[in-house]
Amino acid sequence: MAEIRRPLPVPTPETLHFWEGAKAGELRLQRCDACRHVYFPPRPFCPKCASRKVSVFKASGRAKLYSYVINHRPAPGFTSPYSIAVVELAEGPRMMTNIVGCPQTPEALQLDMPLEVVFEKQTDAIALPLFRPVGK
Amino acid sequence: MKRKSVTVVGAAETTEMGNIPNLSQIALHADAALNTLADAGLKPSDIDGVATAGEAPTSVAHYLGITPTWVDGTSIGGCSFMIHVRHAAAAINEGFCKTVLITHGESGHSRVGSGDRRRWGGGGAGLPEQFEAPYGVVGPPSTFTIPWLRYAKKYGIREEQLAMVSVIQREWAGKNPRATFRDPITVEDVLNSRMIAYPFRLLMCCLVTDGGGALILTSAERARDFPRKPIYILGTGESVETPMVSQMEDCTTSRAFRVSGKKAFDEAGITHKDVDHLMVYDAFAHLPIYGLEDLGFCKPGEAPEFIWERNTAPGGKLPLNTNGGGLSYMHSGMYGMYAMQECVRQLRGIAPAQVPGAKISIAQGVGGMFAAAGTIIFSNEPP
Repeated sequence: MAEIRRPLPVPTPETLHFWEGAKAGELRLQRCDACRHVYFPPRPFCPKCASRKVSVFKASGRAKLYSYVINHRPAPGFTSPYSIAVVELAEGPRMMTNIVGCPQTPEALQLDMPLEVVFEKQTDAIALPLFRPVGK
Repeated sequence: MKRKSVTVVGAAETTEMGNIPNLSQIALHADAALNTLADAGLKPSDIDGVATAGEAPTSVAHYLGITPTWVDGTSIGGCSFMIHVRHAAAAINEGFCKTVLITHGESGHSRVGSGDRRRWGGGGAGLPEQFEAPYGVVGPPSTFTIPWLRYAKKYGIREEQLAMVSVIQREWAGKNPRATFRDPITVEDVLNSRMIAYPFRLLMCCLVTDGGGALILTSAERARDFPRKPIYILGTGESVETPMVSQMEDCTTSRAFRVSGKKAFDEAGITHKDVDHLMVYDAFAHLPIYGLEDLGFCKPGEAPEFIWERNTAPGGKLPLNTNGGGLSYMHSGMYGMYAMQECVRQLRGIAPAQVPGAKISIAQGVGGMFAAAGTIIFSNEPP
């Protein structure tokens, strides 16, 4: 019997660079060549100025904890309780993730704590960017 | 819209409320619609406009035997019905139709014939499926709640203050014979209830029930031909922000609420002091806090204290969610319709927890997880 997995993304042509990056251990963001706006989630144009001239770059992987919940209900592929977080990347954009490498408790999960990205392989095609406390 | 050019001349909920295993979703739409047609003294053949969400307008029109010249199937979550009211008002003023029926029905608890069941937690190629679903968001309790800790930290809000929202709404529910939960609760009860998604406990989360409701709108000129006291549409607003809660501009305030609310107040030409009664869609206990602030009734960070000081409680200066709300009255999934039903009852003077002399009432709806908003300002005073 197959292991029950968490829901996995299906990359599209516009998001493939992000998931290819995750597989290669890189957090990739996009920057507008016209107005320098850094954005997420991936789009083939700048959501601020609508320019189609945009570049993919490797982000630092540094972030801080912006907000979260600790889910106590069951979810496929997860052992409750687990954190569902929004982190603010050093480059500006925010993204949803899970905080790993620390107890899933309010005491261990302090808002604004510094975090760094880690990649967790799910399948041969997909690795997910998760975040852990810096220095853990 | 033109102030007071359009009126609500029919409003009713389903005959039963709560656990209705003997009716499918489309039949709940029809039960609410038939009760509303009776309320307005109309037959289905008198209706020439249909708006609905959860079911297609095609299904509702066919099921009820209506031949519309205007339909609206805007479906952006629980505030869809507020937005139907807004669009219907424009359509009536433009002459696309004369008499609009807006229906809601949802077998949220019994799940009978609910073809639109959301596939929570499924992976996929949409942006929410790629960038939120993999992290274990399994429905609104683990998604809608994510912004709160940022708000609580910014303004130094204690969990007791969040719990008080549920306590005061239960006080209102205690006055409503149709409310699902009516027994009084304390802050301790809320904080001792089962943890759902920290910091949200069971009694900070809305119910999941079955039910429905419908409205009939027509022009103010035609309103005198109807049996009920007309309720005028004074101002309307709508907006959307993002389908992903993680991509809100700021987790301490809803842009959709602010844009929709300001538009409605501007259209109505009223100030906050003019408002006698307020409904804010409360899927979770933090929603009334965001609603009070984003509509401008409280300054940022001050709504928890405003609620704690009993300003929104029975006897307070701004009665809020007087049916008991989604937290205690009912919540079928898309609750916006029930918020407007309570506004109409208050302005007709027939609410179980009647606000004496209420003249202006507001319904603030939310769709998705702060994804969308709709605002309707009602008045019972003729133009």
